[in-house]
Amino acid sequence: MAEEIRAAAAAHGSSVGDRPSGGDRPSGGDRSSGHDRGERRPPRPGGPGGREGGRKYFRRKKVCKFCVEKIEAINYKDVRLLAQFVAESGKIVPRRLTGVCTPHQRRLSSAIKQARNIALLPFAGRAS
Amino acid sequence: MNRTYELMFIVRPDMVEEEQDKLISTLETAVTSSGGNVKSVEKMGKRRLAYMVRRFHDGIYVLLTVEGGGGLIHELERRLRVTEPVIKFITVRIDEEQKRLDKIKAIRDARRKTPPPAPPAPAVEAGGETPAATA
Repeated sequence: MAEEIRAAAAAHGSSVGDRPSGGDRPSGGDRSSGHDRGERRPPRPGGPGGREGGRKYFRRKKVCKFCVEKIEAINYKDVRLLAQFVAESGKIVPRRLTGVCTPHQRRLSSAIKQARNIALLPFAGRAS
Repeated sequence: MNRTYELMFIVRPDMVEEEQDKLISTLETAVTSSGGNVKSVEKMGKRRLAYMVRRFHDGIYVLLTVEGGGGLIHELERRLRVTEPVIKFITVRIDEEQKRLDKIKAIRDARRKTPPPAPPAPAVEAGGETPAATA
């Protein structure tokens, strides 16, 4: 409603004073009104993608495996479970890559360290 | 002061069955003599080690679940350290973790039970209302 009135006013008068009033409106407003403004912004990039149109692939939201599957017991003896969170090099995969939540990652990392201690998982390299 | 521990140790792969049993039974007697008790003994069998330990690529894993105090564990670890065929061991306290798991399980069970009574309650109220509306 207000959009139409403003547009109409702009079309009618085309006064110079109208333009700043349009400019200092919150930028979250409707951009589909016909008049082009100087500071028209590109749609906000969704993630760490970067510039406009930089999202070449859609990144799925990662969820914590332990929360989803309701696995509460993270035990050092469960090598098969732990091996999913260990890289080829033997490193613990960081949370930002696996999506595991903080409390579970804490338990997971301590379990992996215990498993390493008893030679169930390697410290470095593949289990040969 | 009753704690539960899990004692996992690896013996060298060329150890014969009788010797393993002998070692386990000596450990068991050590536990019982110092006031603890052995809850379970599990021989997990021969497994490939993730890395070389004392020039061995394989090892026989044994898992002992023990109930007792810290002094007992100290004694057991000392014994394992001096026993020559044992190449590696780890002791993990499990009672607190078990307690936590039981708690979570209890909460989940309670939640599973509570939702079924919840939906009927509004239905009963609605049933109570309708006669009032008709009357």
